[in-house]
Amino acid sequence: MGHLRQRFSEFVVGLMFGVGLIISGMTDPGKVLAFLDPFGSWDPSLAFVMGGAIAVGFFAFSIAKRRTTSLLGDAIHLPTSNQIDKRLVGGALLFGTGWGLAGFCPGPGIVSMASGEIKAAAFVGSLVLGMVLYEMLEHYRHKAHSVPPLDSASTYE
Amino acid sequence: MIDWAHFTPWTSLMGGLLLGVSSALFILLNGRVLGISGILGGLIPPKSGDSAWRISFFLGMISSPFLFSLLAPSGLASPPRIDAGYGLIILAGLLVGIGTRYGSGCTSGHGVCGLSRLSPRSLVATLTFMSVGFLVVYLVRHVI
Repeated sequence: MGHLRQRFSEFVVGLMFGVGLIISGMTDPGKVLAFLDPFGSWDPSLAFVMGGAIAVGFFAFSIAKRRTTSLLGDAIHLPTSNQIDKRLVGGALLFGTGWGLAGFCPGPGIVSMASGEIKAAAFVGSLVLGMVLYEMLEHYRHKAHSVPPLDSASTYE
Repeated sequence: MIDWAHFTPWTSLMGGLLLGVSSALFILLNGRVLGISGILGGLIPPKSGDSAWRISFFLGMISSPFLFSLLAPSGLASPPRIDAGYGLIILAGLLVGIGTRYGSGCTSGHGVCGLSRLSPRSLVATLTFMSVGFLVVYLVRHVI
């Protein structure tokens, strides 16, 4: 194990992020859907989640943009794509539809599953299936048009 | 009308700050963008040399309910409400899985990290999935 510090850091960050999701209320689909319902009995709490997260994130990323290596000595991987295209908007349309139907997005789904919610496990199972379907669709698209595959590491947010 | 009974500005703000600190540590210590769909998508299928960091992140994440139960033995003020039935849950999961891969990110990658680094791509993605989320809930709750 030559990367013990990295593995420890990733584990702790994952742990903190999960606790943040629980405290904020994101792991409660009822609360998420109440945020998305300003014409019903509206719960604006999630605006505070986003605001708090971005307030901290803004400073971190402005530092990260000026660096080439991380504090543990690894390369800093920032997304390089700046294309606003049909894939981006179409994908966000599908994601928003699923989010609005059940009130789960990926992170809270995984944390809720880990806390023993069977419905969250069903959500994560079909989420993974959706990602497998994406891989298959992309595989056949590339075969059909022989388009060079996208470098997922560099285009991902 | 604002639902004052369920409105939790302080805990949501504190949770949000913790999400921000986690995202900050991940980019500054590990050099990675904290985007759940991207971290998970990179494991489907797993690629050698690019999986360990993703797996240790998820191991931490799935340990979080246990840590939370130690920090707050009485649990959350209001327990989670999952109203959707299994059919809807599974349909939603499929849409979220395919959509976040085509759209290169979800609430964390685009909504938190992308907006934090002022990415126009993430702004467009976030406005899109937020608007659709509002629209879908409006249709489901007030039209259908």
